[in-house]
Amino acid sequence: MTVRTAEFTAAILLSLAALGLMWKSTDGLSIGWVSGAGPGSGFWPFWLSFVMLLSSLATLARCFFGATPQSRSTEQFMDRETVQIVGTTVAALFFLILGSSYFGLYVSLIAFLFFYLRILGGHSWGVSVGLTLFIPIFVFFFFEYLMTIPLPKGITQPLFYPIYQLIY
Amino acid sequence: MESILIPLMGGLADALQPVNLTMLIIGCLIGLFVGAMPGLGSVNGVAILLPVTFLVPPDAAIIFLAAVYYGAMYGGAVSSITLGIPGSSTAVATVFDGRPMAQAGRADQALLTAAIASFIGGTISVVLFTLFAPPLAAFALKFGPAEEFALMMLAFATFVGLGGDDIAKTITSIVVGLVLATVGLDIISGKPRLIFFDLPGFFHGVNFLVLAIGIYGIGEMLWTLEQTKGDVQVHRVRAGWQSIREHLGRIKEYLVPASLSSLLGYFVGILPAAGATPGSLMAYGMTKALSKDPDSFGKGNIRGVAAPEAANNAASTGSMLPMITLGIPGSPTTAILLGGMIIWGLRPGPLLFTEHPDFVWGLVGSLYFANLASVLFNIALIPVFVRVLTLKFTILAPVIFVLCIVGGYAPTQTLHDIWLMLLFGVAGYLLRKLDYPVAPAVLAIVLGPLAEQSLRQSLLSSQGDPFIFFGRPLSGTFMAVAALLFVYPFVARWWRTRRAGNGAVPAHGGESQG
Repeated sequence: MTVRTAEFTAAILLSLAALGLMWKSTDGLSIGWVSGAGPGSGFWPFWLSFVMLLSSLATLARCFFGATPQSRSTEQFMDRETVQIVGTTVAALFFLILGSSYFGLYVSLIAFLFFYLRILGGHSWGVSVGLTLFIPIFVFFFFEYLMTIPLPKGITQPLFYPIYQLIY
Repeated sequence: MESILIPLMGGLADALQPVNLTMLIIGCLIGLFVGAMPGLGSVNGVAILLPVTFLVPPDAAIIFLAAVYYGAMYGGAVSSITLGIPGSSTAVATVFDGRPMAQAGRADQALLTAAIASFIGGTISVVLFTLFAPPLAAFALKFGPAEEFALMMLAFATFVGLGGDDIAKTITSIVVGLVLATVGLDIISGKPRLIFFDLPGFFHGVNFLVLAIGIYGIGEMLWTLEQTKGDVQVHRVRAGWQSIREHLGRIKEYLVPASLSSLLGYFVGILPAAGATPGSLMAYGMTKALSKDPDSFGKGNIRGVAAPEAANNAASTGSMLPMITLGIPGSPTTAILLGGMIIWGLRPGPLLFTEHPDFVWGLVGSLYFANLASVLFNIALIPVFVRVLTLKFTILAPVIFVLCIVGGYAPTQTLHDIWLMLLFGVAGYLLRKLDYPVAPAVLAIVLGPLAEQSLRQSLLSSQGDPFIFFGRPLSGTFMAVAALLFVYPFVARWWRTRRAGNGAVPAHGGESQG
């Protein structure tokens, strides 16, 4: 995909999103004047989305006439190396969050950190394993113990009961 | 004068309380580190660390975050000088002369110049802040909803008029932020709005932190991963008592340009769209223009390091002025601070001075100490920072990602928000590649609820007559200035094309940050 195509795609998607938002703002809400209550609940989001539609269409028109530097560029939007490193990172984050809802955050964190440090980063075993174990323990101590914010644990919940009994 | 001095003394004493002082020192250290890492600046540090501060009381939390903000402004120069890569966008101008100085083996002098100039900038701007804030807050007490709304329009207009980015894209960014702020239950009618796909997670709205961490945490890391594929070359730095002693004799060389740059930076920093990045670039340009030998700039002139560093520190303090007194953040970083204050139950704006004087003056007092602590730590830790910069990015990146994910989960404790954060991060990264500015969206999502409330209150009191915004003297003035700012880029472009024909190069401002 070239930068030019990406610029067009973004402008079109944003225009469509603006239309969707305009429709959603009227969904059961009033976008006009409600007597005694002032502007309806849909008023502000509706007109904002309308402005978004106008500005996205303006960008689209500017692409069409080649007025933005991006719309004249035929370079690759993302080169191979970028796709690799950014794509892998986004995928790893995706599985980290997905894993958090099933296996719990801690298990997923360990998998994520090990993957990132050892496999992607190619760091030594000492650094990789050390950080992979230290960070989840630090997160547990800081968030669960000090701030008393329970993090998602999924099916590993029972494993934490003994630790809770120990610290609370 | 006495009305300022007495509370200031109280604030200074408040900042010295053990909890506050500890948070201040930790904040400065983290800030220096965050600022020194390429790709991370004050805004990233503050966004990622805000959830962590729920641990301590609000006074200590804001002192911590302000210290991070301050430290990051000092730290940015470290990688600009030793790596030749700006540690954050606010330190871009420091590269121009800092890099040549390092290449000539004078990295120690450049680093010391950056530290001392930052201290000059910080000190001048904090004193200006102390003098300006109370009268401005007293003036702002006269504001009604119409004035508040007009003032926010003015803040957004500065992005269009002075931001230097593509206008249509800037407006898109602002509006996306404002629309996201309307998701959830409407405060006035109680009706649910924009519940996409009927997901229950949207009922509590889109927390501004989800967008801020998404864009400035995840998006920024993706951006930096893309940028730092190549190797980094660290310059050797010899720093010891001797270089400090040598440097003390050289301070007078740049004292005047640094002071002038501080004044410039402070006033540029007050404007929401401008801030530390353009402030430091303008200060660099001004110092070069006023210099006797402008040709020596870019080749390692010590004033070329001092000017932008003084200006970016001054701008960071300047951007706090409208946040504290008017409730309008002067930069993305202060937008996040403002969002944090709302979470802590404090409404920023003129009433803050009368309702929570301890909080305000504690913050002001802490700025004095944060400035002092930053300069001392900065000089003492130069060798450590240089070592840290050789760390591979694949170690830092996963640690930051973990902080983003856990920090984004903490405020609402729903996985829904984490998914949203990843989505915003990736979308923000892709749009940023296409030159959509992201800062306006973050500012807009923080100001959104206040803007809507003041708009609806004003329209209700005027029976739907929109002229309420133009008829009242103050709001009318704000609206007029906002309108001028909206028109300004078009007029400027028309003027340029008329004058220069086809040879004109359009001026490009950087992403405003800091």
